[in-house]
Amino acid sequence: MTWWSRNTSSQSRRDLALRWVARASSVLSAAVILLIFLFLLQEAAPALANIGISRFFTDTSWHPLSAQFNLVPMLMGTVLTTLGAVVIATPLGLAAAIYCVYFAPRGLATWYRRLIELMAGIPSVVFGLWGLVKLAPFIGQLGGSGQNLLTAMIVLSLMILPTVMLTTCSSMAAVPPELLRGGAALGLNRWSVVRRIVLPAARGGIGVGILLATARAVGETMAVLMVAGNVVEIPTSLLDPVRTLTANIALEMGYATTAHRSILFASGLLLMGLVACVALVAEVRKRSPHEL
Amino acid sequence: MIQVESLSVFYGERVAVQNATLIAPSGTITAIVGPSGCGKSSFLAALNRMTDLIPGARTEGTVRIHGQNTYGDDISPALLRRSIGMIFQKANPFPLSIRQNLQLALREHGVRQRPELESRTEAALRDVGLWDEVKDRLDQPALRLSGGQQQRLCIARAIILEPRVLLMDEPCSALDPIASAHVESLIQSFKGRYTILIVTHNLAQARRLADHLAVFWYEGEAGRIIEQGNATELFDNPQHPTVAAYLAGQRG
Repeated sequence: MTWWSRNTSSQSRRDLALRWVARASSVLSAAVILLIFLFLLQEAAPALANIGISRFFTDTSWHPLSAQFNLVPMLMGTVLTTLGAVVIATPLGLAAAIYCVYFAPRGLATWYRRLIELMAGIPSVVFGLWGLVKLAPFIGQLGGSGQNLLTAMIVLSLMILPTVMLTTCSSMAAVPPELLRGGAALGLNRWSVVRRIVLPAARGGIGVGILLATARAVGETMAVLMVAGNVVEIPTSLLDPVRTLTANIALEMGYATTAHRSILFASGLLLMGLVACVALVAEVRKRSPHEL
Repeated sequence: MIQVESLSVFYGERVAVQNATLIAPSGTITAIVGPSGCGKSSFLAALNRMTDLIPGARTEGTVRIHGQNTYGDDISPALLRRSIGMIFQKANPFPLSIRQNLQLALREHGVRQRPELESRTEAALRDVGLWDEVKDRLDQPALRLSGGQQQRLCIARAIILEPRVLLMDEPCSALDPIASAHVESLIQSFKGRYTILIVTHNLAQARRLADHLAVFWYEGEAGRIIEQGNATELFDNPQHPTVAAYLAGQRG
């Protein structure tokens, strides 16, 4: 008799087997995340130790082969494309969700929702392809090649739109129906009920959705790489090309060695930190919804 | 004055209320009693067209409130509901501050002057006996109030629009006895000022409050009014055997 069979004597063998399978897989997935983190840390360690974090921000430029390691342009690229995408996707996602839940005829709403769910499943390289072949030439009419910050923002915003919309839909659906009835009984029209009652009540969930979308935008690589132009410089206009941290890793990993390679890992660590921060904020917000 | 004539409410194929006729004179309290599932709430919801919000719901018959036909072609449901306050079983304050709960509908209906908003807020809160309890924390979340306070806030939210009719769907049944007594005496104090229809499961409460009593019953696949009349007379001398058994506490 082992230690666990005493505690769980009321359970059948099958329950026990399942329980161990579940336990093993959760340990495994947690271990993988931890190992990836440790691996990143190990690979980034030489850069962190020998070059130092401060030089990532103070070096004159990003010329890793000449030992210049300024990551600021790429960091700006990531932050700007992400912010732009969130600024575009949030109003669109909110409006689409409000239409879908409160104004669309029921049959249409179901299909519309499915369409958006499908949109969430489109591979990012396909978004990139569309951005490169269709959107970039269009934006290019404004000047430049069309592979720039603005194009990257738009492509990225379309990719995170489903996340914003679907989480908004589900947090609006979670608003108690008695609040809607209460609003209607006061003679408020539907739009007033949505604006004055539903949106404040669903604010917590909508915020979490936006943060999740932000995390996705930070991590997106392929589509952005295909349309952003990838020139390492701090952009001064929407039509300037940018390179994001993720694109930088993907572009240079193939030929990077020693310190250069180690710095790419350090920038991976930076990305992980950014996403972790966003996730942390989302988690904290989730715990206190509907509070004023 | 509320005049309901042969009102029927349908949910798809199902008949929730069949041929209900009822007259409630201005300023009186009419209690609607009966077992669960006999159409009381549907009847109430049909009066201010809250049934419009339920997919598949349909009504027949006429409802006149102060002479105005509820189902007339030129009636806007939103305008109609503004003149009819409705209180629900479960207090449903909005997740906003106390002040916003009261002023939301006023603002939406075009009252924008701050002094008027504030004075009407105070008047409504005084009417429900809540002013002294909350006057120092009007900007705090309404959800922090106790259950009884929340229900009184919802009543204040309804009367701030100066309705002439109040529809109450079991306003006390989710409250503890003390809060319930508080709300009940509030309703008592409204007598003469509003025309009140109150659905209740509490027969003792109906006896204490009501001028007029309507007993609903599920009969022949539909909810109907099986007996109605002056509350005292009906309690003392019911004609319908089912009603007699119900009011005596032997059925329902």
